[in-house]
Amino acid sequence: MAAAGAGRLRRAASALLLRSPRLPARELSAPARLYHKKVVDHYENPRNVGSLDKTSKNVGTGLVGAPACGDVMKLQIQVDEKGKIVDARFKTFGCGSAIASSSLATEWVKGKTVEEALTIKNTDIAKELCLPPVKLHCSMLAEDAIKAALADYKLKQESKKGEAEKE
Amino acid sequence: MLLRTAWRRAAAAVPVAPGPKSEAPTRGLRLRVADHAPQFAVPSDTATAPQAESVLRPLYMDVQATTPLDPRVLDAMLPYLVNYYGNPHSRTHAYGWESEAAMEHARQQVASLIGADPREIIFTSGATESNNIAIKELEAAIQPDTSLVSVMTVNNEIGVKQPIAEIGRICSSRKVYFHTDAAQAVGKIPLDVNDMKIDLMSISGHKIYGPKGVGAIYIRRRPRVRVEALQSGGGQERGMRSGTVPTPLVVGLGAACEVAQQEMEYDHKRISKLAERLTQKIMRSLPDVVMNGDPEHHYPGCINLSFAYVEGESLLMALKDVALSSGSACTSASLEPSYVLRAIGTDEDLAHSSIRFGIGRFTTEEEVDYTVEKCIHHVKRLREMSPLWEMVQDGIDLKSIKWTQH
Repeated sequence: MAAAGAGRLRRAASALLLRSPRLPARELSAPARLYHKKVVDHYENPRNVGSLDKTSKNVGTGLVGAPACGDVMKLQIQVDEKGKIVDARFKTFGCGSAIASSSLATEWVKGKTVEEALTIKNTDIAKELCLPPVKLHCSMLAEDAIKAALADYKLKQESKKGEAEKE
Repeated sequence: MLLRTAWRRAAAAVPVAPGPKSEAPTRGLRLRVADHAPQFAVPSDTATAPQAESVLRPLYMDVQATTPLDPRVLDAMLPYLVNYYGNPHSRTHAYGWESEAAMEHARQQVASLIGADPREIIFTSGATESNNIAIKELEAAIQPDTSLVSVMTVNNEIGVKQPIAEIGRICSSRKVYFHTDAAQAVGKIPLDVNDMKIDLMSISGHKIYGPKGVGAIYIRRRPRVRVEALQSGGGQERGMRSGTVPTPLVVGLGAACEVAQQEMEYDHKRISKLAERLTQKIMRSLPDVVMNGDPEHHYPGCINLSFAYVEGESLLMALKDVALSSGSACTSASLEPSYVLRAIGTDEDLAHSSIRFGIGRFTTEEEVDYTVEKCIHHVKRLREMSPLWEMVQDGIDLKSIKWTQH
């Protein structure tokens, strides 16, 4: 009696084990910790990671955030004589969403004029990367980084003009 | 046992998808089953139905969060889930009697692991409930100068062992109740409630390769420690925790405790060796890595490392085929870094850079080697992407910079 019961038990357990791998794909809700493939893509296939010569007059450097907050972004832009951004580089200390936001920012500023780049909004970055609410601050920091780089470039241009006038 | 044969047959039968480029170890207890759940995909409005991708599951290195069920525990539980399903409080028939016998046997198994009397073990739904029962006793105490000391035995984030025996001695001499949350310690380091003068102890099932949803509280009888019940009802568990005791779960808890008692020494030796291997390999290959927590009073299976200039969550994302945890702000819902790391005086930027590696009974050497290799590779890669690393390489002192606050 016990043996028969045990046999049934084993068969039931075996069936369970064999059957479970073929369960249909589960609908996953989206907790903050699940990385969207667009975010992962920016890390696995990095574009524009690196540095430009910060001493150059055509390069604007923006450094925003703080290590104590867990988010630091450095974004650099290279602008030609006509005011168009021809190259951009970034380096980020931060989570996957922060890396993706700053990476996307460098992609978007390339080819824009300095004025056009000012119009890039954090909400656009967040929408493109499907950032969950808890990660929205990453996109805000990326917008700040763009603005800081542009401000630094403007400052350099003004001082260049100032030197030219002095001569 | 036939069950284990069935398990192995299941592993062989399921088609295993071609794995990632470097060979992730596939043997060992874990079933590297083709997982049909789409990994890392967030269903958006425009997405089509998720494709049934065959994706291997990540390696499990997060044993402080929870542990897999030991097959011996499942063997012990299964009859009570399928055949012997009586209510252990039913007094009038064999189903009740056999369930009660199993429950009392499990109680004995838990008690013998910690040197207690079985009458001092009350089954609960987990360590959280046990903690609540223990703390409620404080509120029930009448005298203004009666107090309770509550200390974790082994910390779940950094693995530090508290000097429980010394604390117990002090509490007992001052006539103060001593409670310890031993969820991470039971079955891993030797504990004796009498030697260590512990009055109350919380035990968790799923931290020691037992089932989830069950735990126990140890409540000293001599001298008697009075606690107030959290939930009232039919007066089960000596009136301290009403509710039908779930026989299959407590049988699992009991079996887990017995297995732990047998395997403790062997597990400890093996885990120490693997932990040493992990830390040595990482520290030899990467500069600027800090181990959080006292290295001497430390449980080896919980290793918390801070990788300077690399943020914790980005490393977790990079190590996507290993299940790990981090003490970084991004991974806590509150955006605050780990309170434990803050309490031990870790610099805030290092607190954001911490990763916890959990090594358990079923962790293999290959899994450790694979994790170490991937960790080193991705830390190097993330450091290349880090402005802080760049500044440090250029000789800039990061503490001298005025950072913008967001």
